[in-house]
Amino acid sequence: MNIVHMKINGMPVEIEAGSNILAAAKKVHVNIPALCYHPDLPAWAACGLCVVKQENSPKLLRACATPVQENLSIITHDAELYQIRKTVIEMIMSTHPNTCLTCGRNGTCELQRFAAEFGVREQPYEVRLVDLPQDTSTTSIVLDPTKCIKCGRCVQVCQQMQGVYALEFIGRGDQTIMSPAACLPLNDSPCIKCGQCSAHCPVGAIFEKDETRTFVRAVSDPDKHVVVQIAPAVRVALGEAFNLPAGTITTGKIYAALRRLGVAKVFDTNFSADLTIMEEGTELVKRLTTGKGAIPQITSCCPAWTDYMEKFYPDMIPNFSTAKSPMMMQGAVTKTYYAEKAGVDPARIYSVAIMPCTAKKFEISRDDNMQASGFADVDLVLTTREFARLIKASGIDFLKLTDEEADSPIGAYAGAGTIFGNTGGVMEAALRTAYNLITGEDMADVNIEAVRGMEGVRSGEVDINGMKLRVAVAHGMANVGTLLDEIREARDSGKEPPYHFIEVMACRGGCIAGGGQPYATTDEVRAQRIAGLYTDDEKSETRCSHQNPEIQQIYKEYLGEPLSEKAHQLLHTTYHERKIYKK
Amino acid sequence: MSIMKEENIFSKELIAFIEEWKEKPGNLIMVLHRVQEEFGFISRESADKVALMLDMPLATIYGVLSFYHFFKMVKPGEHNIQICLGTACYLKGGDALVDELTNLLGIELGGVTEDGKFSLEGVRCVGCCGLAPVISIGGEVFGKVTKDQLPGIISKYN
Ligand code: SF4
Ligand code: SF4
Ligand code: SF4
Ligand code: FES
Repeated sequence: MNIVHMKINGMPVEIEAGSNILAAAKKVHVNIPALCYHPDLPAWAACGLCVVKQENSPKLLRACATPVQENLSIITHDAELYQIRKTVIEMIMSTHPNTCLTCGRNGTCELQRFAAEFGVREQPYEVRLVDLPQDTSTTSIVLDPTKCIKCGRCVQVCQQMQGVYALEFIGRGDQTIMSPAACLPLNDSPCIKCGQCSAHCPVGAIFEKDETRTFVRAVSDPDKHVVVQIAPAVRVALGEAFNLPAGTITTGKIYAALRRLGVAKVFDTNFSADLTIMEEGTELVKRLTTGKGAIPQITSCCPAWTDYMEKFYPDMIPNFSTAKSPMMMQGAVTKTYYAEKAGVDPARIYSVAIMPCTAKKFEISRDDNMQASGFADVDLVLTTREFARLIKASGIDFLKLTDEEADSPIGAYAGAGTIFGNTGGVMEAALRTAYNLITGEDMADVNIEAVRGMEGVRSGEVDINGMKLRVAVAHGMANVGTLLDEIREARDSGKEPPYHFIEVMACRGGCIAGGGQPYATTDEVRAQRIAGLYTDDEKSETRCSHQNPEIQQIYKEYLGEPLSEKAHQLLHTTYHERKIYKK
Repeated sequence: MSIMKEENIFSKELIAFIEEWKEKPGNLIMVLHRVQEEFGFISRESADKVALMLDMPLATIYGVLSFYHFFKMVKPGEHNIQICLGTACYLKGGDALVDELTNLLGIELGGVTEDGKFSLEGVRCVGCCGLAPVISIGGEVFGKVTKDQLPGIISKYN
């Protein structure tokens, strides 16, 4: 590693070569304001807010786009820089409507924050706005071009991190908008609804569809029996909305908050993550041992990934696990198994899922298989961000709540279920159970370090009693291409498949950094949330899905065995080629 | 419908041109330029085809198409009316001609009348400032045009 020595406001800093001045300043606890820059993305240097001075030089540098240099001496704050930055903010505001009170980012907007910090009290420049309607065509996110400050983050995210190219800058100058090709509605574009654009947008130009009111109406409807599930990734991120450090596990408080919100039963998607492992693990072992079914088997629990595959790699459909996502499995057993057991009419059950994900809002109606119970298996999806607002609006003092437990019979989980929320977690959980299915014994050490980590694509070999299983993990949608091309090539040339089992999650880091999670997600935050899930795993009484007593119970009482006819009807699905552009 | 189809058939020469430019950097602008030369505009279908042939996202193509005023995304009318918006014409009332024409035809600059007869385009100086303000219809130039003459000029093409 090459170390560079430089000065920030006279303070010496040692930093890795290749870092930018923003990072160097951070090292000595100086925050340089930055609006277009996001640490996930290459610097675009569009806004000019991050200007700094080089000592003894008249030059102004953009801190986000300037790499550190030996002996560089930088001034980050003085009266002149203050004035420049204030002017930049005022100029951005001259193209931005003053509608904070009704904005999806009220209270979390980065522009609003800077306007407040710099004490902007008037708009000295003539205001010129883009006059275009909101795009509400998807069930997941809303685009509001009038709010766009043209920072470029969403376009970079959608193209570079996700490889989808749904969004592009269309037009030029002050008439530029971010939009799908040919100004199509987003829902007719290749968009996979991952919501990463909404998670990266600094302002209210892209935000999740808010459905908190639907929830409030449901819980106050005496005819509805509201049942809720929470996803693995929610428990290590929701706390951030209440100023807890990223990665703090708040599962018990979430259960308690849900009961205060008036829901009838509190279940956990982690239970169904275990159920998914039983089905998907058995499916994998069956493909490996009977030679029937395409190898590698590819995970299917991420709806954005499924959507991407159906559009861009439909020839991989046979490789997809037919297992539904944990959320959809949970919905299906809620309105069948639970309904029967509790003696509740499934028509009265209103099934809600709290998810880190905007694509989950799309998944619940992606096709008819999502009504396996005869009803919509999941009626409503709220993202972590919506859930946080709901808790606040309901006057619940979240941090003071006493931890509670989930309800039976579909609320208990093994450690395997909880790590579904991070990259490599589904793989690790599946391997723990596959080992047992193949050998009849449990792994001596269930921590499978080989599949953990943050590299975009990871591969390794896992030894199951002499059987060498080649596995690979990809996250961040744009990273999946190389892996799939490798598989395609082997397949088309009749060679042995390079892998047996592949895990894919659309979001960098996995669902812990999903498009519906609290804002300001960076790799540092990702690492903290992932650490939180592994801690939750380690603390669990059982670490493997097949050891979860409620899982054993549901198979004994209801499903029979994995891949049984009943399991197929409720827990499995099919895939269809979709057009990249609808029209 | 059948006319639409014919319009979007890429000629052998066009296909050969795209194949030739496929591997060269900066190919997109060249290719789009050539497509517009062939059809007079770049339809959604043409853009789709270029995307496929160059193995490039459609969004990237529209990013470029919309960046340059040169590219037209709607089929020009049978008679394309170009209004010079160069400095001289502008000073001599070119903008009043724009107002009057949008009024008469019921379309904005860049638009096409519903029957496909006329389209309206603002252009940079056409090089006959002495005749300002100038409009040109399908290559025929009209100089020192006044608002009142416009209905007459248009009726010639109706
Ligand atoms: S949701 Fe994902 S795919 Fe859709 S526009 Fe946003 S980043 Fe692109
Ligand atoms: S929509 Fe948001 S992220 Fe995209 S360019 Fe506009 S302000 Fe930036
Ligand atoms: S990785 Fe997780 S959060 Fe991201 S789109 Fe997929 S399921 Fe949703
Ligand atoms: S943050 Fe550096 S130019 Fe915008």
